[in-house]
Amino acid sequence: MESLTLSDVEQKYYSELFLSCDVDNTKKVASNGKVLDLFRAAQLSNEVVHQITELCGATRLGHFGRSQFYIALKLIALAQSGLALRVESLNSVRDLPLPRFVMGKNEQETRHAVMFADTENQGSYFPRHPGRVQAKKVSAHEMIQPCVPTVDPQPDTTSPVVSPHQSPPTSPHAWRKHKRQASGGNVDRQPSVPGVVWPPFREAQPGPVTGDGMWSAHSPPPVQESWVSFTDTPPSSTLPMHPPSAQVITTVRTVPSAMTTNEIQRQISGYDDPWKITDEQRQYYINQFKTIQADLTGLIPGSAAKEFFTKSKLPILELSHIWELSDFDKDGALTLDEFCAAFHLVVARKNGYDLPEKLPESLMPKLIDLDDSAGVPEPAPEVGFSASPVEVTPNKSPSMPSLNQNWSELNQSNEQWETFSERSSSSQTLTQFDSNIAPADPDTAIVHPVPIRMTPSKIHMQEMELKRTGSDHTHPTSPLMAKPPELSDETKLAATIKFPGTTVGDGYSSSDSFTSDQEPISSAVNRQRSHSGTSPEGLKVVAPPPPPPRPHASHSRSSSLDMNRNFAAVPAGPQQPGVVAFPPAVPPRPLPTQTSVPHGHRSVEGDGLPAHTSTSPHQMPEQPNFADFSQFQAFAVDQPADDGENASDKTTGTMKTAKNDVQSEERNATTVNSTKVSTPLAPPPKPVRRRLKSEDELRPDVEDLPQKSNIIATVLATQPSIPRSIGKDKKAIQASIRRNKETNTVLARLNNVIECDHQERISLEVQLEQLRPFSHL
Amino acid sequence: IVPTQGELKFHYTVHTSLDVVEEKISGVGKALADQRELYLGLLYPTEDYKVYGYVTNSKVKFVIVVDSSNTSLRDNEIRSMFRKLHNSFTDVMCNPFYNPGDPIQSKAFDSIVSTMMVQAC
Repeated sequence: MESLTLSDVEQKYYSELFLSCDVDNTKKVASNGKVLDLFRAAQLSNEVVHQITELCGATRLGHFGRSQFYIALKLIALAQSGLALRVESLNSVRDLPLPRFVMGKNEQETRHAVMFADTENQGSYFPRHPGRVQAKKVSAHEMIQPCVPTVDPQPDTTSPVVSPHQSPPTSPHAWRKHKRQASGGNVDRQPSVPGVVWPPFREAQPGPVTGDGMWSAHSPPPVQESWVSFTDTPPSSTLPMHPPSAQVITTVRTVPSAMTTNEIQRQISGYDDPWKITDEQRQYYINQFKTIQADLTGLIPGSAAKEFFTKSKLPILELSHIWELSDFDKDGALTLDEFCAAFHLVVARKNGYDLPEKLPESLMPKLIDLDDSAGVPEPAPEVGFSASPVEVTPNKSPSMPSLNQNWSELNQSNEQWETFSERSSSSQTLTQFDSNIAPADPDTAIVHPVPIRMTPSKIHMQEMELKRTGSDHTHPTSPLMAKPPELSDETKLAATIKFPGTTVGDGYSSSDSFTSDQEPISSAVNRQRSHSGTSPEGLKVVAPPPPPPRPHASHSRSSSLDMNRNFAAVPAGPQQPGVVAFPPAVPPRPLPTQTSVPHGHRSVEGDGLPAHTSTSPHQMPEQPNFADFSQFQAFAVDQPADDGENASDKTTGTMKTAKNDVQSEERNATTVNSTKVSTPLAPPPKPVRRRLKSEDELRPDVEDLPQKSNIIATVLATQPSIPRSIGKDKKAIQASIRRNKETNTVLARLNNVIECDHQERISLEVQLEQLRPFSHL
Repeated sequence: IVPTQGELKFHYTVHTSLDVVEEKISGVGKALADQRELYLGLLYPTEDYKVYGYVTNSKVKFVIVVDSSNTSLRDNEIRSMFRKLHNSFTDVMCNPFYNPGDPIQSKAFDSIVSTMMVQAC
């Protein structure tokens, strides 16, 4: 290997070029492709290039090592200056200009090289640490200056100092560090002797001065220099982030060295990718990151980042644009990667590069929290997204309409579903930002889990009731708190029936058993009702020992039958406390349904449901008073009449738990007719409400009217006369049985419908959950 | 798509619709984040457009004015448009360099909005 002596400037320049070609980052081998491109950019004929490669030994080795590369560069310089390509000329030719490569900013490079040489020369004035050998390797004959003959004397003066230190190029690391230290040394010393070195240079070298002037002009405001000085901070952390104005002057001088490095680096890196962050830069960014946020895996809050980047004196609009590009996950904070990207963009902008419309791939932050599988496609969609939302939205939209169609089929609130689909399919809503956006649609958060159809409660109730069969009756069950009117009707009756005045537990069991014994047909219903009745009771711990009656407005016919059978009086008492306690227990259920319903429920069910929800709370508080009178009325009216006439009446009447025994009896009678209560689900709400109103109106009237008392008396009379009315009861029982069957079928159908809806909803929720991860993209 | 000559008219429309939005907001306490407001009432015989309103939790109001001549957009579509708008708006707000109240100059935001409008039409 031929020995090669390079000036400092050459050394540095070559090193930059080598780095730019060192795509593989091995620091030893330069890829042939890049090197050839570089050489061709030197505006040399291919033959010359070939010759050069041969000479430097690359063809021998098959690749460009650092030394080969340097030799090649030297040869290129030779060729460019028109000298013959000979190995001997490598070291013999003096005043060899730096090889020029036609790409981007040659002049700047040369100028930088000039400045660099100048600074190097300056630096050489000062005593150097013994360790810093190579930087001082300034061979007199290696001075690059194209137009400054006066430079020679200086190198001459320096050469004696330097020559003993000549040595072959060392490893890049050492060299680089060296260079850094050199520049750092420059920096350190510059402030001390700013005037000493510079003026002589100025006088001696108008060229470099002009270059310097241009250099200064070229370099953006001091802040950039301050930025550049940042790059020097790794080796010499003397420079603060914000060099005060005093330091600016010194940094102006020291800047060139650093600037050249970075400029060259950046320009060289422009060969392959203008946005690639070199190791140096990245290291620098990381150090800067540390000054703001010690934890490298942490985030820099937006405000801190804003302050930091505002120091760069870029216009706010551009900073805003940079932020948009770099804050990938749109969380208002910068991760290390994001920060590096933003910093890099700032640097680029300051150096005259225009900001891209989309984030370059090399600047894409790597989202840590995504899987590899997601991470791989993520850059593409991200790039695609930031570049052209148009492309993205069409991608999303196909999924959207399909989802919408599916959902629109449901009678559920499309809005809720749409919200979720939109959320999940929005590529903008990346991980962290999702959490930010979520509050924007509180309805979805609130509504989605909430949309409780009134009917599901029935399911719950039934489930609970079924559970009840074998479990503790007093087991509190919140789902049963809110019960649809029809159900409550039935259950209420059952509740009222079930408590023949025994103790709580006993009452339950006895009532259950009783009902089961007596009415096998409607036993299930009864049991359900009784269970449901017990559940609210369990909830209402407030209720005194006697199990609180079911809050359900209506009592099932079976329960009515039971009541008929046994005695209605008892349940009334316990019901009272239950009734009192019930209203407080109910609100939680109906309220969410109420709030959710108005938000999006537009379906038929919605129509029915709000009606239910609205009616149930109405009914609940009004229970105590309504039951009696409505029942009385209903009873009086329906008693002779057919079954289903006052079904709605019964509903309302039964919905209110009777306060006294009479009520229960009334309910018994009414429940017989209330079979039809459950059948029309849609109509009941309205008629119920009407009934409520009527009952409300009637209540005060009824209380006063003696007629009611008469009716009551008659009813009471009927009760004692159980044996006499057995025959009637039997008929009533049969009728009620029939009605119960009808109700059962209707309920069963309803149940199926609800189940289907529930299934659909569950499936949609599952879909949503599956899509949710994609919302991070 | 947006006629620049009628820009003044649109501004006027938007301002008048703001009154309606305010009215709706102050009325009900529960519907704080009223997702939408199908303000179909505002249909002048000549102008023939619909105005949709949308309010966020932070009382930021979005108003969309749609020409009724084209096939009227479904309610779902309008809602989705509002949602997208809201999302991009929050993205813009996240930018620490953005002062709330300034006219939004984000190109990404503008592009998204334009895309949306193109899709709608």
